[in-house]
Amino acid sequence: MKLSPFNPINKVFRFYSDGFRDMSAWGRKVWIIILVKLFIIFLILKVFFFPDILKKEFATDEQRSEYVLDQLTKISRSND
Amino acid sequence: MIENVDVALVDWSRAQFALTAIYHWIFVPLTLGLSFVIAIMESVYVRTGKEEWKRATKFWMTLFGINFAIGVATGIILEFEFGTNWSNYSWFVGDIFGAPLAIEGILAFFLESTFIAVMFFGWNKVGKKFHLASSWLVAIGANLSALWILVANSWMQNPVGMVFNPETARNEMADFWAVLFNPVAVDKFLHTVTSGFLLASLFVIGVSSWFLLKNREEWLARKSILIAGIFGLASSLMVVFTGDTSARTLSEVQPVKFAAFEALYDGKKDAGLVAIGALRDTKKETRLPDAKEFAFRIEIPGFLSLMTGGSRDTYVPGLNDLVYGLPDSTLMTVSEKMHRGTVALNMLNDYKKARRDKDIVKAEEIKKSFHQKDFVDAHFRYFGYAFLDKPEDVVPNVPISFYSFHLMVMLGFLFVLICILALFFLYRGTITKNRWFLWITVISIPLAYIASEAGWVVAEMGRQPWIIQDLMPVSAAVSQISAGAVMTTFILFAILFTALLAAEVSIMIRQIKTGPKH
Repeated sequence: MKLSPFNPINKVFRFYSDGFRDMSAWGRKVWIIILVKLFIIFLILKVFFFPDILKKEFATDEQRSEYVLDQLTKISRSND
Repeated sequence: MIENVDVALVDWSRAQFALTAIYHWIFVPLTLGLSFVIAIMESVYVRTGKEEWKRATKFWMTLFGINFAIGVATGIILEFEFGTNWSNYSWFVGDIFGAPLAIEGILAFFLESTFIAVMFFGWNKVGKKFHLASSWLVAIGANLSALWILVANSWMQNPVGMVFNPETARNEMADFWAVLFNPVAVDKFLHTVTSGFLLASLFVIGVSSWFLLKNREEWLARKSILIAGIFGLASSLMVVFTGDTSARTLSEVQPVKFAAFEALYDGKKDAGLVAIGALRDTKKETRLPDAKEFAFRIEIPGFLSLMTGGSRDTYVPGLNDLVYGLPDSTLMTVSEKMHRGTVALNMLNDYKKARRDKDIVKAEEIKKSFHQKDFVDAHFRYFGYAFLDKPEDVVPNVPISFYSFHLMVMLGFLFVLICILALFFLYRGTITKNRWFLWITVISIPLAYIASEAGWVVAEMGRQPWIIQDLMPVSAAVSQISAGAVMTTFILFAILFTALLAAEVSIMIRQIKTGPKH
C-alpha cells in the first residue's frame, strides 16, 4: 500500500528522514557516539556485568521477599 | 552488622555509584539550564523577527545538542547498579522508587525526545510558534524529568509517605502527595534546578567572553551575556534562597549531616556560621574518634542559630549532642535509637519465625503493628540503627562534608558577583575593555561544575552511613557479590565515562571555535 504524502504517518516519517539526511557533521558525529554508547550500555554492560541479582537468582517475588527478609534479619550483634 | 559484610565490597559499590553519578551529573545541569536560555533567545527572535537572534539560538542549540546527546542514557547505569550492587535496597524501597522513575521515563521520552526532534529538524518544517513551543517544552520536560529523580532521592534523605510490609519486606507507597511534597524534595528540586540554570548561564557568559577576547561575534556575545547575565543573576539569587531553606530543613530532618557541614562538634546557642575555615586533628580528648578542630575560621556570629531557628537563642546541636545526647533535652542518643531499631528488627524476626511455623494469627498481629503509627514512630523509624555496630557510626566524614559545603557556598557567592559584574560592564559598555573579567568568566565554567558536584558530595557523603536515612545503612543495602566484580566494572565505567567526557569536550570546543553559521 502506498502512503499519501499528506498522510500523517508519512509526514512524520519524512520529517525524521529529512532531518537525519540533512544533519550537520557534528550531528552525525554525536549520533555515532550515541549508538556506540547505547550498544556498550545495553548489550555489553547490562547483559554481561549488570544482571538484576534478585531476578536472576529467584523465580518468584515470594522467594525474593524471603531472601531479603533473611538478609535483613541476619545480625551478628546481639539483639539486646 | 549484617553477617559477612565485606567492607571492600561496600566501599567499591559506593565508589562505583559515586563515579557514575558524578559523571552523569556533568551532563545534566547544562541541559537543565541551557534549554531555558535557548527558549528565551528564541522567544526574542519570534517577537522581534531579527535573524541575528535566530542565529544565536541555533548556535547555543548546537552546544545543547552535543551535551544532551553525549549525556543521554548515562543515568540508566545508576538503575543497573541498583539491581546488581544494591539489590537489598532495591527490594526494600519497593514502589517508592519505581513510581517516580516510571513517570520520569515517560516524561523524558515523550516531552524531551519528541520535541527535541522538532527543535533540531523543524526550523523550516513547522511554524515559528510551534517551534518555539517545542523549545519551551524541551526545557520544561527536562526539568520535570529532574523533578522525579530528585523526588526519589529526597525520599532516601527523608523517607515519608510509606508503610513497611513485613510480608514482602518492602516499603509500599501510602501517600503519593507526601512523597512528592516531601519538604526535602521541594527544597532539593528548586535548589538543584536553579543551580543548573546558574551553571548554564555561566557557561554562556564564559563562551561569549571567549568570543569577545578573540574579537569575534561581538553582537552574539553581548546579547548572550545579557540574557545569561539576567537569567544567571535571578537563578543565583534563587540558589542562595533555596540553599538557606534547604539548610533549615536539613537541620530538622538530617541534623547530623547539618552539624557535619559546619564541623560543629559541641552544640550551642548563638552559634556562628563558618564563612571560611580549615580543620585539623584535635589534640584534646574527645568522645568522638578522629574529631577535628579549627586551625582557623572566620565566622558570622550567631548566624547558624538565626538560620535554623530564626533567633540567636536557638540551640544548634553538635555531633557530640546528636550521638551521645544532651542532658535536660529531648535529643535522643544514638544508643537509644539502636535499641529501638533492634526492637523493630526483632519484630521482623518474630514475623519470619511465625510465618515459618505457620502461626498465621501471630504473623498477622505483627504485620498490623508495622502499620500502626505508635510502633512506627517509636521503633520502625529507627530500623536502620539496628545494623550499626556502635553509636559513632552515624557520623559521616566531617572534613569532606565541611570542605565540600564551604567550597560550594563560596563559589556560589562568586557566581552571584560574576553575574552582577557582567551586567554592570555590559550596561556601562566596558565589557571588552575589562579583559581580566572576561578571563575570569571563562575560568568560571569549570568552577561552576566543581560547585555543582560539590553540592552532590555534600548531600550524599553527608548522609553516610545511610542509604535511606535512619532506615537502612549502606552495609545492609549491598548485594552479596564479589568486590572484584565491582572493581572491574568501576574501571570499565571510568574508561567509558572518561571517553564520553573527552568526546563532549573536544566536539564542543570544535563547535565553539567554528562559531555560529553565517
